[in-house]
Amino acid sequence: MILQALAFYVFAAITVAAAAMVVVSRNPVYSVLFLILAFFNAAGLFLLIGAEFIAMILVIVYVGAVAVLFLFVVMMLDINLTELREGFLEYFPVGALIGAVLFAELLLGVGIIGAGSTTVAGLNAHGAQVMAIDNTRAIGRVLYTQYFYLFQVAGLVLLVAMIGAIVLTLRSRPGVRRQKAVEQINRTKEQSVTVVKVPTRGGV
Amino acid sequence: MTIGLGHYLTVAAVLFTMGILGIFLNRKNVIVILMCVELMLLAVNINLVAFSVFQGNVVGQIFAMLVLTVAAAEAAIGLAILVVYFRNRGTIAVEDINAMKG
Repeated sequence: MILQALAFYVFAAITVAAAAMVVVSRNPVYSVLFLILAFFNAAGLFLLIGAEFIAMILVIVYVGAVAVLFLFVVMMLDINLTELREGFLEYFPVGALIGAVLFAELLLGVGIIGAGSTTVAGLNAHGAQVMAIDNTRAIGRVLYTQYFYLFQVAGLVLLVAMIGAIVLTLRSRPGVRRQKAVEQINRTKEQSVTVVKVPTRGGV
Repeated sequence: MTIGLGHYLTVAAVLFTMGILGIFLNRKNVIVILMCVELMLLAVNINLVAFSVFQGNVVGQIFAMLVLTVAAAEAAIGLAILVVYFRNRGTIAVEDINAMKG
């Protein structure tokens, strides 16, 4: 039990420190790398609590896709770093104030929940009995039966995002030759072939 | 010393506050703002999973997966918009995005 507590504190500390470095880091590339570190340690937190499937999905989706996408865009765009750093501390008082108020409210909420005033037992009994089996199987049993439409909608969201990203970034550059299949198919013999009578010894 | 629900909620609260603070600090850099949004969504996920585990109900993890999906979609669309904007304007400063002000 003491080992678990130790692991929790290590993971939590690294997650929070990496999140802080994401915010204050000077170079966006370092921000992305610290974001990856934060995601890895959050996955460790999930593993510790017994949510293995979400932990693995977090590593695959966030580290494998989202963070790499961020890294790709950061490196592709030629950004003027000093210009973007202007006014970094200008908004710090307002941001710190709002952050402090929000954090106090969140801790208040944590305190209320910790006091045990809210019990959500019996709110929905669908997922409650399946926690006895291992995590992935439990998720599968609920996800593909009770929440099947939610699963479908998630796929639809990803499809729309994919189409949107393609439509947004697709462009037709002038001066680049591209294949035009319609014109190729619609060509007739009269347009492309001419029969010329060549006189003898005359040449064309 | 046993780790309870409050520990996880506190970590999530710290992460969420850090995301908010990051949005305020990096007012000009859209990429870091998007990363801060990802941090806030991660905090939400930690909350969902912690509640799910400590209440013995797996449904919270399914909603965490939905949040994950939406976060991935949001990152893809946001970065696509960013690439198009950079292609047109040559900068990614947020304060210059007022072309639709009319």
